[in-house]
Amino acid sequence: MTSTRAMSNNPQLNKNGQLQHLLTTEGLPASILLNILDTAEPFVGVTERDVKKVPLLRGKSIFNLFFEPSTRTRTTFEIAAKRLSADVINLNIAVSSQSKGETLLDTVNNLSAMHADMFVVRHAQSGAAHLIAQHVRSEIHVINAGDGRHAHPTQALLDMFTIRRCKRDFHNLRVAIVGDILHSRVARSQIHALTTLGVPEVRVIAPKTLLPAKVERLGVHVYHDMAKGLKDVDVLMMLRLQNERMLSARLPSTEEYFKYYGLTPEKLALAKPDAIVLHPGPMNRGVEIDSVVADGKQSVILPQVTFGIAVRMAVMSILAGS
Amino acid sequence: MNIAIRNGRVIDPKNSFDRVTDIYIRSGKIASLGAVPLGFEARREINAQGLIVCPGLVDLSARLREPGLEYKATLESEMGAAVAGGVTSLACPPDTDPVLDEPGLVEMLKYRARGRNQTRVYPIGALTRGLRGEWLTEMAELHSAGCVAFGQSDRPLPNNRVLMQAMQYASTFGFCLWLRPQDVNLADGGVAHDGEVATRLGLAAIPVCAETVALSHIILMAKETGARVHLCRISSAEGVAMTRAARKQGLPITCDVAANHVHLSEMDIGFFDSNCHLVPPLRSLGDRDALRAGLLDGTIDAICSDHAPVDEDAKLLPFAEAEAGATGLELLLPLTLKWAAETKLPLVAALSRITGEPARILGVEAGHLTPGGDADLCIFDPDHYWMIEASTLRSQGKNTPFLGWELQGKVKYTLINGNVVYAD
Amino acid sequence: MQLPEAEDLLAVLTARIRQGISSDTAVVGIHTGGVWLAERLHKDLQLALPLGVLDVSFYRDDFGQIGLHPQIRPSDIPFKVEGSHIILVDDVLYTGRTIRAAINELFDYGRPASIRLAALIDRGGRELPIAAQYIGTTLEVPPAKMLALEKKADGKLGLSLYDKHQGNE
Repeated sequence: MTSTRAMSNNPQLNKNGQLQHLLTTEGLPASILLNILDTAEPFVGVTERDVKKVPLLRGKSIFNLFFEPSTRTRTTFEIAAKRLSADVINLNIAVSSQSKGETLLDTVNNLSAMHADMFVVRHAQSGAAHLIAQHVRSEIHVINAGDGRHAHPTQALLDMFTIRRCKRDFHNLRVAIVGDILHSRVARSQIHALTTLGVPEVRVIAPKTLLPAKVERLGVHVYHDMAKGLKDVDVLMMLRLQNERMLSARLPSTEEYFKYYGLTPEKLALAKPDAIVLHPGPMNRGVEIDSVVADGKQSVILPQVTFGIAVRMAVMSILAGS
Repeated sequence: MNIAIRNGRVIDPKNSFDRVTDIYIRSGKIASLGAVPLGFEARREINAQGLIVCPGLVDLSARLREPGLEYKATLESEMGAAVAGGVTSLACPPDTDPVLDEPGLVEMLKYRARGRNQTRVYPIGALTRGLRGEWLTEMAELHSAGCVAFGQSDRPLPNNRVLMQAMQYASTFGFCLWLRPQDVNLADGGVAHDGEVATRLGLAAIPVCAETVALSHIILMAKETGARVHLCRISSAEGVAMTRAARKQGLPITCDVAANHVHLSEMDIGFFDSNCHLVPPLRSLGDRDALRAGLLDGTIDAICSDHAPVDEDAKLLPFAEAEAGATGLELLLPLTLKWAAETKLPLVAALSRITGEPARILGVEAGHLTPGGDADLCIFDPDHYWMIEASTLRSQGKNTPFLGWELQGKVKYTLINGNVVYAD
Repeated sequence: MQLPEAEDLLAVLTARIRQGISSDTAVVGIHTGGVWLAERLHKDLQLALPLGVLDVSFYRDDFGQIGLHPQIRPSDIPFKVEGSHIILVDDVLYTGRTIRAAINELFDYGRPASIRLAALIDRGGRELPIAAQYIGTTLEVPPAKMLALEKKADGKLGLSLYDKHQGNE
């Protein structure tokens, strides 16, 4: 008999219901997501001071375990940790132990023995962060900084933070996520966060080759046509189109993609006049987004980056204190 | 040795027999059921009161991991698991290392297995050399060496012309092809059913059409060549429907399903449980229900364990990187009983799917209790609940989605050739 | 136990501080009670520099034991701390740990010329070498009790005594 036993206890929460690991936005109660956003607010102030540092995580060791290279994401986690006064150790494992045949858990066990307090994990395989979280000692916290196509919860949370700053409330919004949903861990985490926080209408817009099966089961409305999908939308969340998708049979060309799914000022005009535009970066200008839009006054892409530090500081502080 | 098994509920599906009675065994054969044979003197008596006595189970797919993969399991460990599971005959797929594509390898395996006086091992020969899908193996030679059929295990043929010629050649000699329908390109890189769970977890997906497209090719070519085909590990509702239609046309097609797939669905993957990384993938609940319906109406002939012991290291990896497969020899009986209980199927019908029916597909004299036949028996306690955990499994592989489940039905004795080879 | 009237104590405190202020004096309140007091002081003393507020959660020394406090409010110091004369305001002075955290936080905004401390009540029980320059009164409170300032519906301040569950001050 199929059971829900594996789903029943959330691996992200400790026995007191506090956040032990941040692996995905799926299955977390709205109260925990909101607590992260609320905690991030005062950190925004910290990052605007002369001394952009608080002593909260003094003496804690945070290991950035990047099994998949990403200078950008690693840097934001590094800044966040340093502003909390933690010691940060960056490990680019893609080029060290993995090539020597060491398994993922070997690597993690070795690092645990160095008295790590927190692992920030980026891995090309979906579920890698879950696997690590299941096998670390109970005092170690794991933050998923992106696993395969599965989840990128801190990105989604900084998006939620940005949306809340601009729109204040989630309960009256219409949000469209545009682009390569199929391969996007960002999209999955955004969808779960938006639906949990009470956004009544979440849309995904993409050609069928970039949509996963039964995506509507995640609680979204599916559109293939930007003209229909963007109508009366409050928030546009653009996704990056990975270059390697262009080499497959999923899309004929970047030009055709831009023509039908790229965000131009004309297409943006279909949304509400005060709609905001988000993008997780790095952007492919002229592929998924027109420069005029990316740099325009409806774009909140740069604030996203600033808020990203504060949100990651909030996540690290909450985990370290649980 | 003369053995009397007393007062058991004797179920022999092939002979439609289900009655509490005694069985008498003499010289490794079943002497009689009920009446004491003339001059019979029991050297050993087994009290089977409250137990069920049935033919030894016949498993259509159990990987013993020899030769070459002894770090996962050995012939010794897995033969122990087989008798603990009541399995007295099994077919082993050719995906060893090296693969079973040469008569010498097959003879060695048969010899090593026979030397242990344990479960009867029927090798499935590789259809193509190295399972590479290019050149046919010496099927007739392999058959002489002991192969009962030919297949590609989980490495489907990428080329339809090779498949067509394999069917023509095999049918020349009357050999049966064991094929798991999967289109190589449609399944490429996939690790989970193309449904809700793969979407949620961001796992690369295998669409149902990976099975049905390949299945349509197999059926069309079987029709044209007249080849006998056994379809292995069907997984989807659509696949069941196509198989049903093909059989209705009278094509010489048989079909099996893995015990895991009779019970589980994609939902059981939960948060990336690598024990649920199986081949073919666990599909939707609707697919699972269609597999059960297929078993019920005879579209699917047999349930197999699809036993695949995997070493712990190979499972302690992110879902997609974890090796596929589950240990199963010891779960075949309790999972079949569970299916029977859930569908309220009489035991005689349920047990046929793991005794008489698979024996018929293998083309071997086994899976029944006809007097004069080999005394291969399984005696089990249908009311004994036991916990599935590493310590209760004999197999070297401890990987199964059912870890932590309590299942009903435990083997108490296994007899092969009239010898008690396992006693709980 | 009979508690004094908070409004009376505030009047005493205001009078005492009034003698020590100049045009470059700034007040900074510590969340939550300290901010209410600082707002009143800022108004009554007619200070020129804008009011500052601190939430010392990021500087507390009990993070390792009890984790992050829920509902942290942003700190806001809307004047130049470098060279300023600051009066730090809290409701109840007890172990001194909150004041230590507040001083540390202030220094992350700049190097003040001086910091003085004002508290409505000094209940003793210091665990750090910290003293207030201005107090409303001193009061003996049993260690198992927590003394807290509250804002009533009419905006007036009052004192309450609770059983202590966790934390200090």
